[in-house]
Amino acid sequence: MDGIHDLGGMQGFGPVAHSPAEPVFHEPWEGRARALLEVVAGAVQPNGGEFRHAIERMAPGHYLTSSYYEHWLTAAATLAVEHGLVTQAELDARAGGRFPLSGPVHAPPVAEAGSEASEPRFAVGDRVRVREWHPPGHTRCPRYIRGKEGVVVRLDGTHSVPDIEAHSTARRYEATYSVRFDAASLWRDGQRGVSVHVDLWDSYLEAA
Amino acid sequence: MSGGAHQPAPMPPVEQRVAALEALLTERGLVPEGFIEEVTRRYETEIGPMNGAKVVARAWTDPAYKQRLLADGTAAIAEFGFGGAEGEHMVVVENTPAVHNVIVCTLCSCYPWPTLGLPPAWYKDPPYRARMVREPRALLAEMGCELPGDVEVRVWDSSAEVRYLVLPQRPPGTEGMTEAELAGLVTRDSMIGVARR
Repeated sequence: MDGIHDLGGMQGFGPVAHSPAEPVFHEPWEGRARALLEVVAGAVQPNGGEFRHAIERMAPGHYLTSSYYEHWLTAAATLAVEHGLVTQAELDARAGGRFPLSGPVHAPPVAEAGSEASEPRFAVGDRVRVREWHPPGHTRCPRYIRGKEGVVVRLDGTHSVPDIEAHSTARRYEATYSVRFDAASLWRDGQRGVSVHVDLWDSYLEAA
Repeated sequence: MSGGAHQPAPMPPVEQRVAALEALLTERGLVPEGFIEEVTRRYETEIGPMNGAKVVARAWTDPAYKQRLLADGTAAIAEFGFGGAEGEHMVVVENTPAVHNVIVCTLCSCYPWPTLGLPPAWYKDPPYRARMVREPRALLAEMGCELPGDVEVRVWDSSAEVRYLVLPQRPPGTEGMTEAELAGLVTRDSMIGVARR
């Protein structure tokens, strides 16, 4: 989905609130939220795609105004409700008000994942173009590189396609690649001597 | 406006929401005694950038190790016993006088937990994720990492299964130092790539 989580290249954000020495947890609730995520993950065994999509489905306003520990809390509670561990009404009653959860899944279930595995179609040095498409569900192909051309710099073995595993019990394993994009090919004001490398599954790409 | 029917229900503070989920999961028998404290303690004391610093210091002192680290990061890091979730597929990228590397995750918060721990808040916040792929030189300078114009910048967006660690350059004037002393010099920021050291 073209969600608020897909932030690469968006403009209008201010400075990074950077501190070289930062505690792991700023507040005790952050550590507890982190541990609760592990509790829910242990109980419902979400795959990586399903888990990340639970965060991506947060309301954009909530996403942008809450810390990542709150994202993890919201995803943990959403998965706990969707898998029947707790109900929204119970969460609301205990929290003393509306407990915001992530929105519903809009992607249709994956009916046919295709063959279980595929051979890499590209080699180091090949020029590739990122497919220009907008799937309604989970994907790990950022918007800012869609339709752009780059060069394969590394093959990273074969991994489960997140777009499929997030919405199905089926699995498809494809090669992943690190693809180098020159900044000048991504942005009108992209600088020389700057490159951005993005790690992509085989089916996100076509030959350039 | 009267009645408040059109007002969105106020969101309870996050502490209350955490407590609500914790209470419900505990009642269902899903939270083992002491589990939450154990998870918190593990991330605060065992898993963190001090692990990555040991890897870097060895690469600075042992050329054969550095070669193994750049050829197969996962295996070389496992020599220290570091591995597991979010460290299953490690790639180490080397800074040189001519090249600077920096890592980001534009889609979420991917980060090499076994070597760097949980990511700092700014790494997960929108400004860093939005800007590092678009204007890395400007953002690095803002964060205190001024790079000469002839230094090539390589940004690595952790969008699939690989997690990255930057191997910073060994600081000058450290020739006599031991591996343990060197490890004490290595910063988290230098292993993310938002600092040269």
